[in-house]
Amino acid sequence: MLNTYTWPEYPYVQSDDQKNGTVKRKPVIVIGAGLIGLSAALDCARLGIPVIILDDNNTVSIGSRAVCYAKRPLEIWDRLGIADKMVEKGISWNVGKVFFKEDLAYEFDLLPEKGHKMPAMINLQQYYCEEFLVDEVMKHSDLIDLRWKHKLISLTQHDDHTSLQVETPDGIFTMECDWMIACDGANSMVRDMVKADFTGQFFQDRFLIADVVMKADFPTERWFWFDPTFHKNQSALLHKQSDDVWRLDFQMGWDADPKEATKPENVIPLIKAMLGNDTEFELEWVSIYQFACRRIDNFRYGRILFAGDAAHQVSPFGARGANTGIQDIDNLTWKLKMVMDGDAPIEFMDSYDEERAFAADDNLLNSTRSTDFITPKSKSSRIFRDAVLELSKKYEFARPLVNSGRLSMPTPYVNSSLNTADEDGFEAGVAPGTNCADAPIIADGAEGWLLNKLSDDFTVLVFGDAPDKSEIKLGNIRAQVITVGAQIEDKAGLLTQRYDAEDGAVYLIRPDHHVAARWRKFDEGKIIAALARATGQK
Amino acid sequence: MSLNLKRNIERPDDFYQELIDMQRDMEEDQVQVMNAKLILILSNHIGDHKTLSEAMSLAKS
Ligand SMILES: Cc1cc2nc3c(=O)[nH]c(=O)nc-3n(C[C@H](O)[C@H](O)[C@H](O)COP(=O)(O)OP(=O)(O)OC[C@H]3O[C@@H](n4cnc5c(N)ncnc54)[C@H](O)[C@@H]3O)c2cc1C
Repeated sequence: MLNTYTWPEYPYVQSDDQKNGTVKRKPVIVIGAGLIGLSAALDCARLGIPVIILDDNNTVSIGSRAVCYAKRPLEIWDRLGIADKMVEKGISWNVGKVFFKEDLAYEFDLLPEKGHKMPAMINLQQYYCEEFLVDEVMKHSDLIDLRWKHKLISLTQHDDHTSLQVETPDGIFTMECDWMIACDGANSMVRDMVKADFTGQFFQDRFLIADVVMKADFPTERWFWFDPTFHKNQSALLHKQSDDVWRLDFQMGWDADPKEATKPENVIPLIKAMLGNDTEFELEWVSIYQFACRRIDNFRYGRILFAGDAAHQVSPFGARGANTGIQDIDNLTWKLKMVMDGDAPIEFMDSYDEERAFAADDNLLNSTRSTDFITPKSKSSRIFRDAVLELSKKYEFARPLVNSGRLSMPTPYVNSSLNTADEDGFEAGVAPGTNCADAPIIADGAEGWLLNKLSDDFTVLVFGDAPDKSEIKLGNIRAQVITVGAQIEDKAGLLTQRYDAEDGAVYLIRPDHHVAARWRKFDEGKIIAALARATGQK
Repeated sequence: MSLNLKRNIERPDDFYQELIDMQRDMEEDQVQVMNAKLILILSNHIGDHKTLSEAMSLAKS
């Protein structure tokens, strides 16, 4: 098969730890250099935490994996310095078409809201994202030590640390760390080693996923077919990636034989039926997948924190796996930093489980619903599904019921114990537990974006009279005061609008850019109380 | 009253899941009975004969 991409091979280097046979305890070890592990290391480095990543392989993601990345993960990657590269290399799209049998049922436009730095969605092959992450990691070699061909083979948990057995081409050696972030993917060994439960729903269906190279002039849109004439009783998807590579997805049914189905002589006719006989293409990757929706019972096992696919696995409809995994990291690192610095008690890490398990459940629910709609499980659900599709051709009311995957949106931590509930009236704006909306601003005479201006510590964003303080402190915990009209200007009025701030507003924003509390007026006592609550102070 | 064919169902994903989940473990006959009852209950709620006629012909076509 053809390759538009050359997989880098990163060098294995024997570490001094192994060479010298001495065990020096490390602050943080990340297991797995996938999208999530690499992002975790970069986020640690951003906060000044030295970190080691161990990966059993020596290259980036192989095969057909993630394609779509949504706005929130791009915003997080922007803080890590790689979003611009991804957006530039990626494909932006807004239009989706839904087909039912031989007809176009309807089309939709994502109509992204204007005035955000990042687009609603881009498509990009997972190996590019990982390569960009590795390149960025290399730039931080002062803080990040990325070790290829280092496989974790066993671990022992102690009260104040974890000890690990690691295998390299030079044999097995021991390492120790205060904290471990397990990003070792859906088949996580770390999860087995701590005997965590990983339960949920398996779908009795198989999907053929093909990446093909074609220079066809299909528009850059997402096309989804329910029960198409070229693939009766199943579903199919066509979506563009970078470098003229297209992602094709065919539902195959539970009885499909994975070996037979992936043979070129069976795949090519299927693709021709979809694309038309005259369309020229070449196969890049073909594989068969089976999907599950499940999650770990607790994201924290003592000093081991689970993130990404190691913590939750979703079906790819709605593109949620990596998108939500990155948000795990965004939630995890600032908390870990506070605990490591002694600014928060160790139990503060339980809020990581509280908030991200809540988000995982939301993602699992959304993925399960899409999967149920795409592959109805009973005759009656099939009849309802087909009726919805039939009606959607003519009647607008039925379209919101069509579910070929919902756009991945961040889950607000509405019930989080770190939130301080609203006491002043807010009709709209950004509620406690929700990620901050971006908006165009002017700072230091230059145009910019709100999210780029928020502090790496807490921020107090003030609309109204500027307080006579530039920061608020609780012990070592800092909240930087930013007043709209002083440090930043609301360029287009969107900032005030998005924060429901015409009558003045004061937002306490966490280091992960989620709102902790908000009021109509600046009150230092209230801000300090909310700061204490948001950092698990006893 | 005329038939509303614009978006009107609150939280469509929640609604759809509830409907499908309710019938998940039913026999086919039970499903038919439930659907019939559901039509009758909703028809009563709507009441207006012209609207019901319109809906019935749309559903048939
Ligand atoms: C067909 C398909 C389509 C998808 N589409 C999307 C999409 O559009 N959008 C989206 O957001 N997500 C999508 N996903 C999901 C996405 O690919 C995953 O969520 C993502 O790769 C998870 O990253 P991770 O870093 O958690 O795990 P992985 O990418 O699995 O990385 C785990 C890493 O850990 C290493 N490792 C494992 N065990 C050990 C060990 N014992 N010691 C050392 N290292 C170890 C592995 O070598 C690997 O590098 C899709 C997935 C599939 C299969």
